Amino acid sequence: MSGVRVLVGTRKGAFVLTSDGTRERWDVSGPHFGGWEIYHLKGSPADPNRLYASQSSSWFGQVIQRSNDGGKTWQTAGNKLAYEGATGTHLWYDGTPRPWEFARVWHLEPSLTDPDTVYAGVQDAALFRSVDGAQTWQELPGLRGHKSASLWQPGAGGLCLHTIVLDPSHPERIFIAISAAGVFRSDDAGKTWQPMNRGLRSEQIPDPTAEVGHCVHRIAMHRARPGVLFMQKHWDVMRSDDAGESWREISGNLPTDFGFPIDVHAHEPDTIYVVPIKSDSEHYVPDARLRVYRSRTGGNEWEALTNGLPQRDCYVNVLRDAMAVDSLDPCGVYFGTTGGQVYASANAGDRWAPIVRDLPSVVSVEVQTLP
Amino acid sequence: MIRVVLPAHLRTVAHVDGEVKLDVEGPVTQRAVLDALEASYPMLRGTIRDHVTQQRRAFVRFFGCEQDLSHEPPDAPLPEAVATGAEPFLVVGAMAGG
Repeated sequence: MSGVRVLVGTRKGAFVLTSDGTRERWDVSGPHFGGWEIYHLKGSPADPNRLYASQSSSWFGQVIQRSNDGGKTWQTAGNKLAYEGATGTHLWYDGTPRPWEFARVWHLEPSLTDPDTVYAGVQDAALFRSVDGAQTWQELPGLRGHKSASLWQPGAGGLCLHTIVLDPSHPERIFIAISAAGVFRSDDAGKTWQPMNRGLRSEQIPDPTAEVGHCVHRIAMHRARPGVLFMQKHWDVMRSDDAGESWREISGNLPTDFGFPIDVHAHEPDTIYVVPIKSDSEHYVPDARLRVYRSRTGGNEWEALTNGLPQRDCYVNVLRDAMAVDSLDPCGVYFGTTGGQVYASANAGDRWAPIVRDLPSVVSVEVQTLP
Repeated sequence: MIRVVLPAHLRTVAHVDGEVKLDVEGPVTQRAVLDALEASYPMLRGTIRDHVTQQRRAFVRFFGCEQDLSHEPPDAPLPEAVATGAEPFLVVGAMAGG
């Protein structure tokens, strides 16, 4: 019988939640790497037992962990993510130049086809790749070498490369997103990059329609329709129908269009999910009610999904990497909160139930659908 | 034989219990001890000092013989009692919130 494995990164360790295909009863293992911040862990699409985890702390820096048995045991991998060539500068919060300085890995994106190839998005913003199972890392320096890089400025969470989307129909195409620079696309496996921010409008920057400088929070793609991208920006939910060349707003009737995660239903490319957050200074849900919003029309028309979610006295946030879908039928949807709950819906969002309620603050949620 | 005491989180990373014992050739300095430690436990590279600059991470401290050795030059000799193994070289996570 098929099953699912939910990989949860928290402020104080990683947890692995497993269930069979009914998604009713769950086993919880962890904490793995207790006491460490786990910004992200993710499994290889080519080998579900191969997992990668980003483990970091303010004291001891960055550690990369690798599992070959689906998270039962872990081995430390290479953690030397050194910028290639001259470090250069970006802009600091006060507008002064600041040398690039590695802080942590925000996101690990395993290759769609090779378990030993994995990409790492880091703070300060850069993209690294390993082709030996995370033993050694090489920067793809064309991104940080883009002519706009000296003008990139950090968002509140730092100058982080937090989103990596690989195009299944175009093996050399990579999308990344940086806060607060925006979306970039490479069509040559990471050698050269172009900003993909036309149509974005951000009133928080001097030129609201600038080519770079937008605080993109997350982008998502459906594998069957890789030319269509969905974006949760700092404010505004956006859609591109031309692989990022241009964007249009699809916030529609959302109660607020600020938020962090966005994801796409596994079998319906026009069904998308967001979690509206009250504002950029109030990082909690509006009206003290935790509501996932679903659009079945590719945006603009949204319905609140509340069944099983707290509808009073709730003040949690859902971070950008903390939502995922499985590929069972019906599609399962999962998300984790800063309050430590991981919610699951086995019916595309119609009803929700917590898998766990009291984890440390959740940073990331990924799901593997197991044969 | 140099004795090194690691903080709990780094003992977990290195898969060791208790003290680490190291042979250090030549003068016993902070750099020599850390070089020997990282040679025996490569997974600790980057966790105590930066991979590239080799600077001590800001929230890591080195203690020995009840002295804070964190700000000593990396090539300065460590106290005799540490060099002979009578006292351990302590790697400590700084007292800070989180």
